[in-house]
Amino acid sequence: MKLSGAKILIESLKKEGVEVIFGYPGGSVLPIFDVLYDNPIKFILTRHEQGAAHAADGYARATGKAGVCLATSGPGATNLVTGIATAYMDSIPVVAITGQVKTHLIGNDAFQEADVTGVTRPITKHNFLVKDVRELAQTIKNAFHLAQSGRPGPVLIDLPVDVTMAETEFHHPKEPDLRGYRPTISGHPGQIKKAARLILQSKRPIIYAGGGVIISGASQELKKLADKASIPVTTTLLGLGCFPQTHKLSLGMLGMHGTAYANHAIMESDLIIAVGARFDDRVTGRLDAFAPEAKIIHIDIDPSAISKNVEVDIPIVGDARNILSQLNKIVKPVQTKKWLERIDGWKKKSPLSYKKDDKLRPQYVVEQIYELTKGEAIICTEVGQNQMWAAQFYQYTKERTYISSGGLGTMGYGFPAAIGAQVGKPDSIVFDIAGDGSFQMNIQELATAVANKLPVKVAILNNCYLGMVRQWQELFYKKRYSFTCLANPDFVKVAQAYGARGIRVEKKKDVTPALKQALSVKDAPVVLDFIVEKEENVFPMVPAGEAINRMIGGMA
Amino acid sequence: MKHTFSVLVENKFGVLARVAGLFAARGFNIESLAVSPTNDPTVSHMTIVVDAPDERILEQIKKQLNKLVDTIKVQDLTTEDFIDRELVLVKIAVDAKIRPQILEIAQSLEAKIDEAAANAVTLEVVGDKNKIHTLLQLLKTFEIKEVVRTGRIAMSRK
Ligand SMILES: Cc1ncc(C[n+]2csc(CCOP(=O)(O)OP(=O)(O)O)c2C)c(N)n1
Ligand SMILES: [Mg+2]
Repeated sequence: MKLSGAKILIESLKKEGVEVIFGYPGGSVLPIFDVLYDNPIKFILTRHEQGAAHAADGYARATGKAGVCLATSGPGATNLVTGIATAYMDSIPVVAITGQVKTHLIGNDAFQEADVTGVTRPITKHNFLVKDVRELAQTIKNAFHLAQSGRPGPVLIDLPVDVTMAETEFHHPKEPDLRGYRPTISGHPGQIKKAARLILQSKRPIIYAGGGVIISGASQELKKLADKASIPVTTTLLGLGCFPQTHKLSLGMLGMHGTAYANHAIMESDLIIAVGARFDDRVTGRLDAFAPEAKIIHIDIDPSAISKNVEVDIPIVGDARNILSQLNKIVKPVQTKKWLERIDGWKKKSPLSYKKDDKLRPQYVVEQIYELTKGEAIICTEVGQNQMWAAQFYQYTKERTYISSGGLGTMGYGFPAAIGAQVGKPDSIVFDIAGDGSFQMNIQELATAVANKLPVKVAILNNCYLGMVRQWQELFYKKRYSFTCLANPDFVKVAQAYGARGIRVEKKKDVTPALKQALSVKDAPVVLDFIVEKEENVFPMVPAGEAINRMIGGMA
Repeated sequence: MKHTFSVLVENKFGVLARVAGLFAARGFNIESLAVSPTNDPTVSHMTIVVDAPDERILEQIKKQLNKLVDTIKVQDLTTEDFIDRELVLVKIAVDAKIRPQILEIAQSLEAKIDEAAANAVTLEVVGDKNKIHTLLQLLKTFEIKEVVRTGRIAMSRK
C-alpha cells in the first residue's frame, strides 16, 4: 500500500519508539499536521519553536530516549536553532524535523524559505534534506541511529512539502545505511591493561567524570571502580548525579564554581581518570597550570575529544560503560588512605557554604528543595547564578536528575526542558530552578504547561538582576552594573494570568511552607517567586584564565 | 608542516560544504582542495593539502575529518609513499629577448606552450610538487601575469 511522505514520517517515528513530538505548525508542515490530527502519537504544542527544541532535549536528558521536535520552514526552523545548538554542545539525542518549501522552489528565496541544512550544519551531528519520498524511511532510520549512537547529538531532517505529500510504498528499514559511520564501542584491551597498571602505581588518583558517564549508563561501573580502588570522584556540571554526592568518595563538582576540595584535589593529583568528560575551559582553568603532576587516562567515545585540550597519556576510545566494566575486572585496590585524608582536610577547611542568617538567600531555597524532595526530584536549571547554586546546594545521587545547558549556557533552556522532562517522567517531581532573567526568555511556555496540566515547579531565585553578569561586573568591572538590573513583571500575576499557580516568598521562614504547597499541586504548573538577596554571589569562583586552585570568595 | 590527505566521501550534495565548513569553523587553513568522481559513482575523492602548525592540530584535522558522517576513509599520505600531480598554467609577459628564455625553461620542464598572444607565453606544466616548485622558482625573475593551478591530486602507491 502506498503512503504519503507525512504518513511515512509518523509511522517511522512510531517504529523508532517515539511517544511524543514537541512542535509548532505552519504552511510547509500542513501535511504532517493533518496526519497528527487523528493519530495516537502524542503531540505537545509549545508556544515558541525554541520551547519545542528545549522540551525535546529535556525529554531526552530525563528519559535517555531521543527527543523529537517539529517546526515549519523558514522562521519555524530558525527558531529551533538555539535549541539544536544547546543539544549539540551537550551531546543530547534530538531529532529535529523541519518543513521546507517545495523542492522545485528551493534556492529561489521562496516564501518562508531558509537554507536550514546550511544554517544547522555546524550545530548538528548530521543533517539531511530529503528530496525524494522514496528515501524518507531510510533517512529517518539513519537519523535516529546517528542521534542515539556513538557520541549522541541532534540530527535534523528537512522535509520539502511536496515530499511529504508524495506517495510511495512504505517499508521500515531494519538497519541504518551509513557506511562512513562506525563509532568505536569496545575499548582497546591493551590500553585498558595499561590503565589498570597506571592506576595501581598512582598515589593521588582522582576520577573526573562527565556527562558521557550518564549517556552511556556507566554510573554503576563508575561506582564500582571508585569503591574497588578507593579513588575519589569529582564530576563536571553535566556529570552531576553520575556518582552519588552522599558517598564519602564524592568531591562534588569541579571547575570555575566547583568545590574547593575538588579543585585542590585535581590540581595535586598524580593521575586523572577522565571518563566521558572533555577538559572544557570552565573545568581546567588556565591550561598550562592545570594538574601539573598528573598523568591522564582519558576514556571517551569521541576520538576527537581526546588530546584536544590536554595531552593524554592513555587514551581509550569507546563506550564508557563497556570500558569501565573491563577495567573493573582487572583493577586492584590502591593505597589512597593518605590522599583521602588530605582531601578530607580540604573538605573540612573549605566546605561549600553561605551566610546562615535570617535573610532569604538563594542557596537556602535550593537546600530546602533538596530537603523536601529527598534528592528524588529532577532539577532543571536556567543559566547564571541559579544554575550554579542548583549545582552546589542540592545533593545529586542519581543520573538524569540535574538537567542544565552546560556547553552553550542557554538562558531560557530550563523551563521548556522541565516541560519535556515532566512529559517523559510524569511521576517525577520536576523543578526549574530559575533566574528572573532566564525565565523571561521562554516564559510563554507557561501556556504549554497549563494546557497539558504539567505540574512543573518554577522556583525563581529572583534577584532583580542578571545576577551572574552582575557578579562579574562587581568583581572585575568596578561594580559598574551596566544593563544588568532588571525591572521585572509581577511573576505571580503572570503565572495566574496563564492559569498557573503563583506564590511569592519574601521571608526565609516561608520557604518551606511555600514549597510544600507547590508540591501538593499535581495538575498545574506552579511559579514560586523567591525574592532573594539581590547581590549574593556564587563562591568559590575561579577568575577566567586563572589556575583552578586560585579560587576567590567563600571559604576557599 | 604540509600534509596531503586523501579522503573518500559520499558523492552527495553538501559534502563539500561539510568539509569546507569543518576547516573554516576550526580555523584550519586549506592550501588546496581537489574534488573529483571516482570509479564508484557513489564515492567522490578529495585531495586536501593543509598546513598543520603542530601535531595536535594535525591530529584534530584527521579526527574531525573522520568524524564527518559522509567521510568513508581518511588517509594522511604524508606518512607513506604516494604519487602526486598538479597541473599549472602560467602566463608570462614576454618580449623578443625574454621569449627564448621562457621557451628554454618550458623545454627543460616538458611544458606545453601556448603562444597565441603577441606579448605573452602561457606554459602548461604537469608534475609533482617538486617539479611545480622548480617551475615557479625558475619563473620568479620574470613578469608573471597569471597563475592558475588545479591543486594537488594524490594517491597512495600501495
Ligand atoms: C541566551 C543568553 N543570553 C545571554 C547570556 C549571558 N548570561 C549568562 S548568565 C546571565 C544572567 C542570567 O540572569 P538570571 O536568569 O536572572 O540568573 P541569575 O544569574 O540572576 O541567577 C546572562 C545574561 C546567556 N547565557 N544566554
Ligand atoms: Mg537574576
